[in-house]
Amino acid sequence: MRHMLILGGGTAGTIMANKLASALDERDWRITVVDGTEEHYYQPGFLFVPFGIYRMREIVKPRRQYLPGRIKFVLSGIERIDAEKKTVMLSSGEALRYDCLIIATGADIHPEQIDGLLNEEWGRSKFDFYTPKGADRLAQFLKGWQGGKLVLSIAEMPIKCPVAPLEFLFLADAYFTERGMRDKVDIHLVTPLSGAFTKPVSSRVLGEFLERKGITVTPDFDLGRVDNKEKKLVAWDETEVSYDLLVSIPTNMGNACIARSGMGNELNFVPTNKQTLKADGLEDVFVLGDASNLPSSKAGSVAHFQSEILFQNILEHIEGRPACAHFDGHANCFIESGFGKGLLIDFNYETEPLPGEFPLPGIGPFKLLEESPINHYGKMMFRWVYWNLLLRGMELPIEAEMSMAGKRVR
Amino acid sequence: METMNIAGKAIELDADGHLANRNDWNENLAREIAAQEGIPELTSPHWAVINFMRTVFEKEGDAPSIRRLTKESGVDTKTLYQLFPKGPAKRAAKIAGLPKPKGCI
Repeated sequence: MRHMLILGGGTAGTIMANKLASALDERDWRITVVDGTEEHYYQPGFLFVPFGIYRMREIVKPRRQYLPGRIKFVLSGIERIDAEKKTVMLSSGEALRYDCLIIATGADIHPEQIDGLLNEEWGRSKFDFYTPKGADRLAQFLKGWQGGKLVLSIAEMPIKCPVAPLEFLFLADAYFTERGMRDKVDIHLVTPLSGAFTKPVSSRVLGEFLERKGITVTPDFDLGRVDNKEKKLVAWDETEVSYDLLVSIPTNMGNACIARSGMGNELNFVPTNKQTLKADGLEDVFVLGDASNLPSSKAGSVAHFQSEILFQNILEHIEGRPACAHFDGHANCFIESGFGKGLLIDFNYETEPLPGEFPLPGIGPFKLLEESPINHYGKMMFRWVYWNLLLRGMELPIEAEMSMAGKRVR
Repeated sequence: METMNIAGKAIELDADGHLANRNDWNENLAREIAAQEGIPELTSPHWAVINFMRTVFEKEGDAPSIRRLTKESGVDTKTLYQLFPKGPAKRAAKIAGLPKPKGCI
């Protein structure tokens, strides 16, 4: 009996468990998923919690409910991966041997990585919205806030869901407008990027959006420390931005077990072949989702597209054939822009987000890089798609490989 | 395609203003680019960073992040920003003749 071991029961791990559960013969393979917590959060929902659009209890379900019956779920942290001995040591003391390992341990925020960020003001005048607790506390705070200077700060790249900061700002603009206090709130984006986003066309379009909404951008700001007394951000080159309310996206890092295993880069992300998703230099180890060092976005849509590629490659691999399906870096993200509208971007390693239309049988077309109500409905509908189709490893009408259909190339 | 003129020779640049062909790079060119970037003189710590970046790029196909520079090049973050004001990762990559670091999309 061979053993398929999946570390992490989040978006990536759960999709993979479902796909493999129906493909691997029960007489040959047992499948285990290890995770440190019982709760599966719909992470795209965190964005909406501070503005009272979703409540936290509406975006959480038990992990086990989304794993098929034949999967063994082990509730434990992960101590260390020993790829030589093909064994994973758990925090519980148990050791699990594997024949094939999938690392899907994700990424988390690390406010302690920035000098002065994590102190008694964390949760009072400085917040995150990437954790359930952070998003909840910010929702409570915003209800009673009288206004001032709101600064959204990105500490360093890469971050999970790179469009989330922009969506937060658009939603903040709408939230304060609808409460009749937009004139009392000064909204700022402080980012290490050279503009609103990474790639030229989308950076320009999204930059214009921010400008139109009266949101000030401070680009090329590499956050060095937070001065709590003066309430200001200080960059490594000593430039400063003051704040009344700081919404921080701290350094994102891979799971600490990756560092303990001596496998990660400087941010604990696992070096991974960007096409086959095989861990560099390790036998029988694959990496899926945010845990890898791939130059693709850290996002659920990416984990989903990767899972289709990885599924093919694992089936080849366990039969002793080379992994020949190739991931192209495809990402597809709705960008909520406030007031019941949204944008959509679709891109991969080589092709930047372009304007045009995104065809989707029966529902689309959605507008690319352009605001429209249908994109907003797409985003809101996605929560249902996530729980009912995506996690279950079902076929979605979007191909893993990016298509140029509908995109306008200048 | 944009070009820059160095010692009478036109050197091709990419869309980000970095060298289009890595083979065009030499130490004199690095000094020229540094001067254009407002760094009048390249000292030995500058070269240590530039050479580290080139070595990493050669091996891995992308320039290292600031965090990695700090961890592995032996130069602390504060000093890096003094050596290459306004974004050491991007600026040192440019002087080292490497494309703009991919960072993440």
